[in-house]
Amino acid sequence: MDNALGILSRLWETSGFFLLVSDWRQLLMIVIALFLLYLGLVKKFEPLLLVGIAFGMLLVNLPGSNMYHPELWDGYIAGNVTITEIFHEGGLLDILYIGVKSGLYPSLIFMGVGAMTDFGPLIANPKSLLLGAAAQLGIFAAFLMAGLIFQFDPNVAASIGIIGGADGPTAIWLTSKLAPEYLAPIAIAAYSYMALIPLIQPPVMRLLTTEEERKIKMDQLRPVSKKEKIIFPIVVTVFVCLLLPSVAPLLGCLMLGNLFKESGLTDRLSDTAQNALMNIVTIFLSISVGGTALYDRFLTPQTIFIIVLGLIAFEFATMGGLLLGKLMCKITGGKINPLIGSAGVSAVPMAARVAQKEGQRANPSNFLLMHAMGPNVAGVIGSAVAAGFLLAVFGG
Amino acid sequence: MSVAEYLINSLLGICVVFFALILLIAIIVIMTKLNISDEPRKPKNAAPAAAPAAVAMPAAPAMDVPLAPGTAGDLKLYNTDPRDAAMIMAIVADELQKPLNELRFISIREITPDQEIAPDQE
Repeated sequence: MDNALGILSRLWETSGFFLLVSDWRQLLMIVIALFLLYLGLVKKFEPLLLVGIAFGMLLVNLPGSNMYHPELWDGYIAGNVTITEIFHEGGLLDILYIGVKSGLYPSLIFMGVGAMTDFGPLIANPKSLLLGAAAQLGIFAAFLMAGLIFQFDPNVAASIGIIGGADGPTAIWLTSKLAPEYLAPIAIAAYSYMALIPLIQPPVMRLLTTEEERKIKMDQLRPVSKKEKIIFPIVVTVFVCLLLPSVAPLLGCLMLGNLFKESGLTDRLSDTAQNALMNIVTIFLSISVGGTALYDRFLTPQTIFIIVLGLIAFEFATMGGLLLGKLMCKITGGKINPLIGSAGVSAVPMAARVAQKEGQRANPSNFLLMHAMGPNVAGVIGSAVAAGFLLAVFGG
Repeated sequence: MSVAEYLINSLLGICVVFFALILLIAIIVIMTKLNISDEPRKPKNAAPAAAPAAVAMPAAPAMDVPLAPGTAGDLKLYNTDPRDAAMIMAIVADELQKPLNELRFISIREITPDQEIAPDQE
């Protein structure tokens, strides 16, 4: 009888339930994971990524699951552990995390994004590239605040700043290289704010523009030839990667995906890049990013600072695009609706749709969607360039 | 890092982004100037094309082809570009949260500001 009770007692002590009540932080992380699942599944906030991230978070915080070992990765960064040892001693999420650490998943996601992107509106109106550049103001404003006010290390401040690029894969790519210990909060902040763009941007848009400016109707864009669309990704890759070689993995994959789409000869590859490959990589990326959110590393004051700075970065990015939009409106004599500047924050196509909605609110016969797509895809290139710059400066 | 270093890095960063994207603007402008289009270029000194022979071609018989099953029929466009019309239909479908093939558009007309209907006149 005593023996049976001893076995039961040992079983209880080694069970997850016993370990769970031994540290309240694990329980809190499970509640946070469930809340994120609710946001993804019920509120439909970026469900394709948030569901995977939340589930990864749930898995690693179940006591005894041993799916992710941050100490192995700390050792790898310090040079004491090899990838072979991670394969031998790591859990499932450690192995999946190799794709994040190497920058493989964000680059492959960018290939899929490229295969889904039409650069036509950008080629038709090249001035919109300026709006995409101005909207990167958020990255550098948040970088400054993170470093100067919140006293983060410069490489962590750079990773926090990139949230303002409103581009999930770019944020994950840069953070995995500069500040992997903050990957989970930065990725969660980036994707959450991207989903909240329809709530974040309109107040700033209305504050910085007048009713008359929002009513401006823009001329129809010129048609773009197929040859232009094929040459564009090739020349962008050559020139930008020569300027900033560190951005080659991201931008190269983005443009390769776009070339698959535009060439018309590689439809099968384009289809794979934007569907099957994208979906597989999204699963791996989301679950492994969520897996880095272990309770002892996630539940810190820094996580709250990152969430606050992420919001500031988004607001400054919107302001940067809008202010340059206003300037261009003045210079062109009212031919450019400043609202399209707000779409320069990336977050394709959500930000362009918000510009369209706000424009139509002011003038029901206003269709800004195609005009806003130019700055929107320019923002993707701009945030990749900014990430390449930050990696070149702080990547050691 | 000192405050000055932070400021210099930020300023340099935004300048690099602008420089890279201005470089792309220049590339696009050059591409446009080179007149890269899908149509074959016409030789500069080519003789004007001969006027088409005035051959009385029989007009194609107006065929009363039945509409394909499931089609929404014809859409009439008034002062509206087909490209704009496609976009409007996509936006309406998105706003209504309904698949495009479940909606039927009869006509699309551009309304000028003086034709707009005030909310109290609706």
